[in-house]
This record gives sequence, structure tokens and C-alpha cells, in this order.
Amino acid sequence: MSISRIKAIFVRQFFLFTGNPTRLVSIFVWLIIDILQWGLISKYLGTLGQATFGFITVILGAVILWGFMTRIQQGIMMAFLEDVWSQNFINFFASPLTIGEYVTGLVLTSIATGLTGFLVTAAMAGAVFGYNILKIGVLLVPFMVILFIFGMAMGIFVSAMIFRLGPSAEWLGWPIPLVLSIFAGVFYPISTLPRTFAIFARLIPPSYVFESIRAVLATGSAPGNITFNLLMGTLLSLAYLLLTARFFIAIYRKNLRNGSIARFNAEAL
Amino acid sequence: MSIENKACTPSPLANPRVSKSHPAGANAYILRTLHGEHGFDKHPQLSYNWAPMTNGTILTISGLTKQYEDLKAVDHISFSINPGEIVGLLGPNGAGKTTTINMILGILEPTDGAIEMLGKTLKEFRSEISKSVNFAAVYAHMPANLTVRQNLYVFGLLYEIKDLKKTMKRLLTEFDLETFADTKAGLLSSGELSRLNLAKAVMNEPCLLLLDEPTASLDPSISQLIRERIKEYVARTQAAILWTSHNMHEIEAICDRVLFLSHGKILLSGNPRTLPQEHGKTDLEELFITVAREPLRLET
Repeated sequence: MSISRIKAIFVRQFFLFTGNPTRLVSIFVWLIIDILQWGLISKYLGTLGQATFGFITVILGAVILWGFMTRIQQGIMMAFLEDVWSQNFINFFASPLTIGEYVTGLVLTSIATGLTGFLVTAAMAGAVFGYNILKIGVLLVPFMVILFIFGMAMGIFVSAMIFRLGPSAEWLGWPIPLVLSIFAGVFYPISTLPRTFAIFARLIPPSYVFESIRAVLATGSAPGNITFNLLMGTLLSLAYLLLTARFFIAIYRKNLRNGSIARFNAEAL
Repeated sequence: MSIENKACTPSPLANPRVSKSHPAGANAYILRTLHGEHGFDKHPQLSYNWAPMTNGTILTISGLTKQYEDLKAVDHISFSINPGEIVGLLGPNGAGKTTTINMILGILEPTDGAIEMLGKTLKEFRSEISKSVNFAAVYAHMPANLTVRQNLYVFGLLYEIKDLKKTMKRLLTEFDLETFADTKAGLLSSGELSRLNLAKAVMNEPCLLLLDEPTASLDPSISQLIRERIKEYVARTQAAILWTSHNMHEIEAICDRVLFLSHGKILLSGNPRTLPQEHGKTDLEELFITVAREPLRLET
């Protein structure tokens, strides 16, 4: 792998942000709206009846971390789409750039946007609702790693689907986080789900993260099954990353055979 | 406007280090220089014993075929290009010119046949070989939302150009792009865009340059400037050029040899200035029209 070529992919995206600052808004705006909306809902729920449960503590933590994972997924997808929209594949793939370097460059871009989004939303939650994400403690690090790996896998999967089906398949990328959030138990325990949904939830790495976060925040200490949860979350995320990376490479090779890379643009497919 | 010579590979014959009695002559010097300047030294397998393997050619195509379901876009073609040679790839629309170029660029997988550059097969060494190849085509857009300078910077990183800032400065001057350096590519005129494409195409000093209709839709003045640029580049570096165009006067003016492609097959090849007479035609355009309309007559 060439650091120079990976840097080229990253810098290309960086130039887009510096060239048009309104692009920066896309990183923050929806996350900020989510924080405000869920923060206010949580605050209202906290005033109902004899509520003693810290709604803000649990829900805002979930919103920030889910937003982080979503940004990683959409960061990869958006960086990929920029190359689709600018019909740039022929120039990129005719250069010494390898598919591994290209994907690594996309991932680096998503890390930058994902972490920036995370810091902004965490700061906003602190400033407006007095919420401190660091309350989760040192476990925040492995939780974020699992979400990052899974977000990466989802981003690569969606990009592969667009690569296979054409730019018109872009819509696939937007609802995926919303659909997954139903099964991942982001806002409620997995036990709330119907039995069949709960089985599916166990195949989704974030479900282990959010179950653990709820337990940590409710009791102030790590649950007994934390090792199992972290292990399952990590292994599943890595498995999905491996599978989606292989899927992306397979689609790339297929496109090499059928000529789609040279012709890939919004109008052609 | 003239290309500066300071960062260029000197003419092989003018260079005292080149032995004219070397088995591969000037070609050896060119290829050694290109290896050294473009990172091939990092890949010893590409640096040694190239001369006996390449037989002095930069590009060798053997039995290249591309089949799309029922359509054979390229049908078992073979040719080679020598250092310093400009070869015109001619043919009507759909003849297989762009398909051939895409296969040489490594963005389209051949159904059959082999592409060798510097004695190494593209299939095995695509990334390394791509360091010494580049291209410009009307349909291959540079990212429109990046400025000229940003585009050159990104592609300079992709091709791992040493002294990138210096190279960029030189290219901006040579291709008269200084005024537009901070203009987004999407706002450039066709002529400016073509110059940007060419600046990108020569920035890694490729030993093989593929130009797919580089002057299409340009006015005669800019077309002539671009042809001059390419001729100067070839004279300076002894690079090999594969050039497609529908402008037969341009082909006559610039190419040393032409290959006529029709229905994916090479029907004719030869000197563009003598080939028409050899086939009873007055000029290349008449020959082209004949090939395009009646390929079978010429084939036999």
C-alpha cells in the first residue's frame, strides 16, 4: 500500500470541504437536530409522573454513539459518491491506485468526518443538556471501536451496492441506519423486541454495545456479561467488515470484466 | 509556449552515457531512466533484464480479445509500439479503439490475450506498470469541483511524483494554466480542460501515453498547440504514444504509423503518408471511409 496514494484519496475529499464550506454543514446538521430533538423529548419524559430514570443520560448517549456510527457509514458512502458524481473512476483506476488503497482512503475520510461529528455532538449535548458522554467511562473506547468497524462495514457494503447497481442505488444508503436502529436496540432493550426480531438483533454488533451502555449507565458499573458482549460485538463487526470488503472487491473485479469502471457515471447506469 | 527541458530526460543519442552499441541501443537508456525516476527501483523484479524480455518495445499486445456476450468488441489483435513512436489507432465509431485503450489502462479485463509493458504483464503488475503509463481522453473528466492546482496535486500524489510542488509549477507554466491555477476544473473552457488533462497525462513522465481523441471539439489553434506539446514530449523523452483521432489530417501530421481497426480487428497498418497510395486511395480520409464502409474488401 502506498501512503501517498491513500493520502491522495483523503486529500481529494478534504479539498471538497475547503472548496465549499457548506459541505461541512452536512456533517453536523442532522446530528445536531437529533441531539436537540431527543434531548428535549428526554427532558420532557423526565418530568412525567414520578420518573426517576435518567432518560437524558441513556438516550443522549445512544444518539451520540449511533450518530457516530452513522457518520462513518455515510462518510464512506458520500466519499464514494463524490467520485461517482464527478465520473472520476477512469482517472483513478487507470493510475497506480489499488482498490485496497482506494477503500483505505475512503475509510480515513469517514474517520475524520465521524470523529468531528462525534466531538461536536458530544460538546453540544454537554452545553445544552449538561450531558457528559465520558460518564460511560473507559468502556467508551471499545464501544466506539465496535461501532466504527460496523459503520465501516456498512459504508463499504452500500458503496459496493452502488458500484454494482449504479448511482441510482444511492437511496439504499440513507435508510440503512434507521432500519438497523430498530433491531440494534439503540433506544430500548432487546427484550422489548418480538422474539423473531430479537434473534435478528443478536446478529447486529451494535446491539451488544447498546445493551452494555444501558447497563453501565443504569448501575454505574460494567455488567457481568460485558466481556461476552465486547467479544461478540467485535467478532461480528470484523466478520461483517471482512465480508463486505470481499464483496466490494468482487464487484470491482466484475466491473473490470464488464467495462463498468470506464463507463461508470450517473447517466449510464 | 515551449516545454522547458530542465526536468526532462535528455535525448538518448545526445547523452554520453548511452552506448549506441548496446544491444537495445537508446531504448535501454530510456527505460532505465524511467525505471529509476518512477519508482521501479523499489521493485527489483521490474528493474532487471528488461531488454531481452521486451525486445526493445515499450508496449506489446498479443492476441488481445474482448468479448461482451454476443459482441466481440476487440478480436485477437496484436501490435507493439517502440520508444519514440507515435502510433495512430484509427477506425469508425464502435471499432474497438477505446476498448483497446481501456484494456491497456487496466480498467477493462481482456477476455483473452496479453498486454506487456517493459517486459512485464499488465495482469500481474498493473499498479507498478501504471506508474509509467498515463492517458488523456475527452470522456475522462478531471474532478470538476477541484481547482486546477488541487487536481494536479491529487494526481501527483496518486503517481507518487517526487518534488511535486516543483513539478506542478512547471506544468502550470508549460501548459499555460497559471492564470487558472485556482479555478475549479468545471469552470474551464474545453481548451483549458484539454491542457489540464494533458498536464496530468505527462506529469509522471510516462513512457507510454495513451491519447483518446485528445483534440476532439477543440479549435484548430489549440489542437495544433496540443500536437506540438506531444511531439516535444516524445522528442524529449522518447516515450511511446498511442493516439486515436477522427481527424485524418492530424494523424498524417503526427503519427509515424497507423493501425486501422474495424469490427475489433486490425485491417491495415503502415505509414499514414504512404498507406493511402498503397491501397489506391488519394489520402488517409478516403482510405478511412473505405475501411469504415467496406472492411471486408480490404481484409481480403
